[in-house]
Amino acid sequence: MTDISASTARPSYNWRVVDIVVAALIAVAGGVIFWAWSQGANLISAPANAVYPPLTGLYIGGWLIPAVLGMLIIRKPGAALFCETVAATGELIMGSQYGTTVLISGVLQGLGAELVFAAFLYKRFNLTTALLAGAGAGLFGGLNDCFSPWGWNIAYPATDKLVYIIFCAISGAIIAGALSWIATRGLAKTGVLSSFASRKAATEPAFS
Amino acid sequence: MGAADTGVRPAAVTAQGWGWRHAGRTQPAVRGLDLDIRPGERVLLLGPSGSGKSTLLHALAGVLGGEEDDADETGSLLVDGAAPRSRRGRAGLMQQDPETQVVLSRLGDDVAFGAENLAVPRDEIWTRVHEALEDVGLGHLPLNHPTSALSGGQKQRLALAGILAMRPGLILLDEPTANLDPAGVLEVRDAVGRCLDKTGATLIVVEHRVAVWKNMVDRIVVLQPGSSGQDAVFLDGPPDRVLEQARKMLIAAGVWVPGYVPPTRSRLDEQNSSRLLLSAQDLAVSRETPRRRGFRTIAPEPVQVGIEAEVRAGQALTVTGPNGAGKSTFALTLAGLLKPVDGTVTASNDLSDGGGPDPYSWKADRLISRIGTVFQEPEHQFVTAKVLDELMFGPRHLGRGSERVDELLERLRLGKLVDANPYTLSGGEKRRLSVATVLAAHPKVLVLDEPTFGQDAATWAELASFLSELLDEGTAVVSVTHDQEFSAVLGGTELRLGPSEPATARTEAGAA
Amino acid sequence: MRQELTLHGNTALLTRANPLAKFVAVFLISMVLALSIDWVSASVALLAELALFPLAGLTLRLVWQRGWPLILAAALGGWSTAILSADSGSVLLDVGVWSISEGSLTLGLGFMLRGLAIAMPAVLLMSCTDPTDLADALAQKARLPHRFVLGTLAALRLVGLMAEEWQTIGMARRARGVGSHGNPMQRLRATLGQSFGLLVQAIRRASRLAVTMEARGFGGNTRTWARESTYSVLDIWVVLGGVLIAASAVLSAVSAGTWSFVWLSRN
Repeated sequence: MTDISASTARPSYNWRVVDIVVAALIAVAGGVIFWAWSQGANLISAPANAVYPPLTGLYIGGWLIPAVLGMLIIRKPGAALFCETVAATGELIMGSQYGTTVLISGVLQGLGAELVFAAFLYKRFNLTTALLAGAGAGLFGGLNDCFSPWGWNIAYPATDKLVYIIFCAISGAIIAGALSWIATRGLAKTGVLSSFASRKAATEPAFS
Repeated sequence: MGAADTGVRPAAVTAQGWGWRHAGRTQPAVRGLDLDIRPGERVLLLGPSGSGKSTLLHALAGVLGGEEDDADETGSLLVDGAAPRSRRGRAGLMQQDPETQVVLSRLGDDVAFGAENLAVPRDEIWTRVHEALEDVGLGHLPLNHPTSALSGGQKQRLALAGILAMRPGLILLDEPTANLDPAGVLEVRDAVGRCLDKTGATLIVVEHRVAVWKNMVDRIVVLQPGSSGQDAVFLDGPPDRVLEQARKMLIAAGVWVPGYVPPTRSRLDEQNSSRLLLSAQDLAVSRETPRRRGFRTIAPEPVQVGIEAEVRAGQALTVTGPNGAGKSTFALTLAGLLKPVDGTVTASNDLSDGGGPDPYSWKADRLISRIGTVFQEPEHQFVTAKVLDELMFGPRHLGRGSERVDELLERLRLGKLVDANPYTLSGGEKRRLSVATVLAAHPKVLVLDEPTFGQDAATWAELASFLSELLDEGTAVVSVTHDQEFSAVLGGTELRLGPSEPATARTEAGAA
Repeated sequence: MRQELTLHGNTALLTRANPLAKFVAVFLISMVLALSIDWVSASVALLAELALFPLAGLTLRLVWQRGWPLILAAALGGWSTAILSADSGSVLLDVGVWSISEGSLTLGLGFMLRGLAIAMPAVLLMSCTDPTDLADALAQKARLPHRFVLGTLAALRLVGLMAEEWQTIGMARRARGVGSHGNPMQRLRATLGQSFGLLVQAIRRASRLAVTMEARGFGGNTRTWARESTYSVLDIWVVLGGVLIAASAVLSAVSAGTWSFVWLSRN
């Protein structure tokens, strides 16, 4: 307890209990928000599905929020992967139309975001990184939906698959990336992030 | 104190010039704390908000600081001569919010959790679990009883059982009863008393309602804020002496000193036959929305049925009753926020002003200028990132000016906070802000859900006085409360809801 | 779907099996079914699953009450496949961008049944598995790090509370004049604000819960388990059952000549 030596401000990569619990509850809350959100959005998604199914890719970003938001707040390696996997587990418990394959989707989507943060060596948590991470999660999610055997769009023709994947990436970047970044700044201002490195998020520049 | 047969060795606490600054803060939460607590002593910790009471308890529980935290520690704080972080399990901590004092979803598992973490052998764990549940009075429940089905008071007693199963020598209670109704408060206090008598463990409790703990402790320590530049301990000694010597300071700090009810403004006159604004007829209420089961829609099971009530201009209506009787649910239904399961809520023409008789069907901006509702948790109602925007939100929506806001800022002492983020305010400030934001829309009926819960004496008195003033100006005030002193200040009538027995619930009305 | 699928007080046979064994069986069925889009393998598996429901304490009525959104979703998935996939055989319907042919309809139908056959065993799994037992098994048997498993379990316990809080925040914001009515843009903004409110409460609660857990000694490397997660003979039967269902689905599809491997199923 005497030797805290915060002189070198190098972030620790070890997960504390508070990191684990907050990350998991972000994923859980994300699930609740998305569940409530999809009640209303069925009005939009059902016609989209009926008219041109690849349009539903634009909607995937909502599922990806835990991955990006979790990492922006916790700032520890594995946060994106962990949060998205927990969110998928939550979905499985609530009853998922994808069955147990929702877990694989969750892991892959989380991995897409995680790889982007890792490419920045877990040192950049600005808007650019958030957008890229969201797009990465969307890309992996789209690929999973189109090419893995359990993917729901496996039977689509190639052009539709391509369109769907692009829509997923865009949706991931905007909904999961930009919204999570804005939310993190808002949260930092409320003081609830005081025990995380992200407590300074509100004063960090958007780029650089 | 029969500590011998319980396997508990009471812990000693020593602090020498101890201080702590949280990460990201400029001022220390605690500065220069010198304190010696002998094994088995029972100490009540008092002080104004910001005097670092919770910080001290967290430090003693060994949950403060960590590798990367750029927090600052000075001096030394020891439990049994060692750093608390290295002595996990020597201290057990109970916090305020019952929901987060429960870890697992089965009763038995939750009690076992701490013992498991201390690597206690399996058979020994279950012996401890049974004993601890007996000690806190939950022994009659099955081990797989869902913890989510417990009341607030039961959840806190469960938390105590979880702590006892670790056999700690030091029990730390951080406002353990602030979120409970009066019955729950006694339930928890008495369980703590029994367990201390049995184990002889050292107790440190933080609580601003002194009367609850006064007779159980043998010492009171009063702290002052670390930002004051002074040493942490303001006064230390036997309860009666400290309460006498520090009375002025404690009253100023909003502590509920026994035998002292803060002065409040009294009502000028209570009109008895004023205009009817809002009424409930044969009302059945529930928080649940209708559920869809396949293609069918199923109406929710009401928590309370057959409620009759009248709300009149310039008069107070107090809603009381045991926990789970549906008091808040009734208030929210009356306020047009929940749809009645059965029966009706009717707004008179005086109130609706051409908007139709059913408040639930009103659009949000129509609603707020007629009925204002203050929720129990102020944070649920914050919609902006600045105090001033928060206050201007209603008037802007309604296309009104800021005169009312200026008046409220002044009246509720929020002037200095206009630029702050609402979430960063203190508990009392948040309460005052949430009342002010709702009143900024100038509603004729004000509905409050447990407005005095967990509030310090200063905020309490201010709120009660302010509401009595509003009543005299002709606003109707409906409050859900357990607080009899508060109801007494407001006067009016009391609506008492019986325990929730959906089929046969009765309601009795009487004078407060 | 507010309530979890898990039934409290369920005493059916499958509740006593180890969650890992159940998970392996269900996962196996899902993976094998995923390999082919055809109505035979899906129907066989689906029928076998329905036959198992009583063992998990489920009735068809309960499944319909709790699982109708999944059924709806599966139907929608079949629809999108039917209108999008390349046409083969005679065209049955052709309206602008939509066209449904015999081939695409068969594919769509197979897709729908397959979707159901993958979703249903998960419903079965969760209805007879307590998350606490699952966590015990994951930490003790699968050897996943217990800090992460138990931290997640504790957070998952708060899902009901979060759902309640979501509703309360919605009302509290209406009382401030933020309507859930209005045009889609206003509704979107209202939902985002409500989500932010919930996130703040989630992080506050999680931080307090973490303190509670740490104060009870959580976070160290060694711990004991009050309840041992064990395997029994039942678990062998559970896994064998999974293998059996998967195998009979594949065999019947192959012998009926409908088996079509996903990556080659471009007719």
